[in-house]
Amino acid sequence: MELYVSIFQGIIIASTPLVFAAIGELVSEKSGVLNLGVEGMMIIGAVISFIVTHETGSHFLGLIAAIFCSSMIALIFGILTQYLLSNQVASGLALTLFGLGLASLIGQNYSGISLKQFPTMDIPYLSDFPIIGQMLFSFDYLVYLSIILVLVTYYFLNKTKKGLILIAVGDNHESAHSLGYSVKKIRLLSILYGGACAGVGGAYLSLVQTPMWVENMTAGRGWIALAIVVFAVWRPLWVFVGAYIFGGITIIQLHIQAIGVNIEAQYMSMLPYIVTILVLVFISMNKNRLAVNAPNCLNRLFSSDI
Amino acid sequence: MSKKFIGGLIIILIIVVGFYFQSQIERVEVDKVEKVGFIYVGPVTDFGWTYEHDQGRLAVEEAFGEGVTTTYAESVSEGPDAERAITQMARDHDLIFTTSFGYMNPTIKVAKKFTKVKFEHATGYQRSDNVATYAARFYEGRHLIGLIAGGMTQTNKIGYIASFPIPEVVRGINAAYLAAKSVNPTVEFKIIWVNTWFDPGKEADAAKALIDQGADIIMQHTDSAAPMTVAEEEGIYAFGQASDMIQFGPNAQLTAIIDDWGPYYVERVNALMDKNWESQDTWGGMDTGMVKIADISTDVPKVVVNLVNDAKAGIISGDLHPFTGPINKQDGSVWLAEGETASDGDLLSMAFYVEGIDGVVPN
Repeated sequence: MELYVSIFQGIIIASTPLVFAAIGELVSEKSGVLNLGVEGMMIIGAVISFIVTHETGSHFLGLIAAIFCSSMIALIFGILTQYLLSNQVASGLALTLFGLGLASLIGQNYSGISLKQFPTMDIPYLSDFPIIGQMLFSFDYLVYLSIILVLVTYYFLNKTKKGLILIAVGDNHESAHSLGYSVKKIRLLSILYGGACAGVGGAYLSLVQTPMWVENMTAGRGWIALAIVVFAVWRPLWVFVGAYIFGGITIIQLHIQAIGVNIEAQYMSMLPYIVTILVLVFISMNKNRLAVNAPNCLNRLFSSDI
Repeated sequence: MSKKFIGGLIIILIIVVGFYFQSQIERVEVDKVEKVGFIYVGPVTDFGWTYEHDQGRLAVEEAFGEGVTTTYAESVSEGPDAERAITQMARDHDLIFTTSFGYMNPTIKVAKKFTKVKFEHATGYQRSDNVATYAARFYEGRHLIGLIAGGMTQTNKIGYIASFPIPEVVRGINAAYLAAKSVNPTVEFKIIWVNTWFDPGKEADAAKALIDQGADIIMQHTDSAAPMTVAEEEGIYAFGQASDMIQFGPNAQLTAIIDDWGPYYVERVNALMDKNWESQDTWGGMDTGMVKIADISTDVPKVVVNLVNDAKAGIISGDLHPFTGPINKQDGSVWLAEGETASDGDLLSMAFYVEGIDGVVPN
């Protein structure tokens, strides 16, 4: 039983950075902006949070700094795509390359240092309660933050007027513009939100999952987050499903190997990606669901002058 | 023919001759300085495999001072990008070290095009007139950490994080297992293949999974220190890989296998300067100092430390070979008879587990 509890905990920890990055990207895409720079924003969050936490000794300050800096990187992307009307795909890719390089540069002197453990929730009796308590109340605070963030995003997008405006901007920017909404401002804010979330996702890697800084430590997780948004068909609550399935298969295949099941390891490593592709194929079979949830103006430039 | 035309012709001629001499001067200067390049698979700050190769590069700089210039390209992935990176370096370098197994085919391919450039490929088995290979007998280090692991484990389960199913990695698993079993017959190896050299998150996940399954000592054949940080956090033991990882696991590290490439790199650059560089195959072990182990943790009992020191002395003197029969393959068939030692050929192509290890070697 204890093994199952720790497998469950492992899955949650492996999935949480994906939840953060994906929910941020989802909001950005809902407003009509495809930001392929998630990986770059994540790695900036990872390096900045590590440096600030190491220098100040405060995880909280590290997180704040990660949120701020990743948003600033996102702001560059926002200005490029919204005001200078550059291509979103190219700018996003550039952002990823830029982020990876910049992070390596500023993190140069911080390799080879490790940090103290991130604080975890510790409610007397409850956190130590066998199985249920350990499964629900023993994580680091960021895990709970990720869950709250997804729920709040869901509420915001579906139940508030501002959320509906954001979706309207993503679906038809001309109409939204003619109704008097500032398309560019709304998109810029969505991009900043995406940057902040990706920053926290990156910080999760360097503060919680492996409390150390190494170059390229995001190792493609930003791209997985992008896939999860499509996987969830732009529905916030489904981000959980996508992220936990991906994280779950990643962790479970490690355990299956450790138990010594005779399946070749390469197949096991492929599994998360195969499942993702299968689900994506399955999703695109249902044209209606796609038509209802996918933002119509995704990756289309908007200029009020035209 | 007007005077102006002739005048112009002369001026052009002077300029051309001037450029020619200038380029001659430059060429002479370039000849004095050997340019040595390194291609790394990870970042130099990985504190593992690549870090040690870069220490070797720095040793070359220190040894020859202004006689050499060294450059490196880090985090070069083992795919098509490797060929591009090596080609780019081959244009203006004299000697290039490509430091990962996956660079084998690109190195051979580029070497065919740049026949004047010398190449050295680490851990590979293909050579040509201008491609030498070199590797270290890491399995000798694995033998020693296997002895420690066998003597230290309480749960009798050792977790092993493996990268790719190449002979080098399989050999390491077998060497460590045989040594651990020689001191603890009930020891069991749990092996996870992560199919990457460098992904700290995944390596950490694998370490956690192994610990959850009861392993109380972690061995790794991947390049980041992430498993060591997990071991430190969970209060268990681990071994550093390729480099001393004590700063990541001051309590967790039992010892570390250290690769010391410096002397070899210096020797090869020296051969290049003396114009007697030749394609060859080097497989250095503890006797040449290419493989070392870090200080053994004070947690390790005296008996075990003595055992390790004896084995180390035996390996260095040549009295002890980590693969000495009787050894059976996993399927029970005989590999080495009583007293027989494994040939280098057998070791270099090893693709099977020895008897007692569960699971299958991926193809």
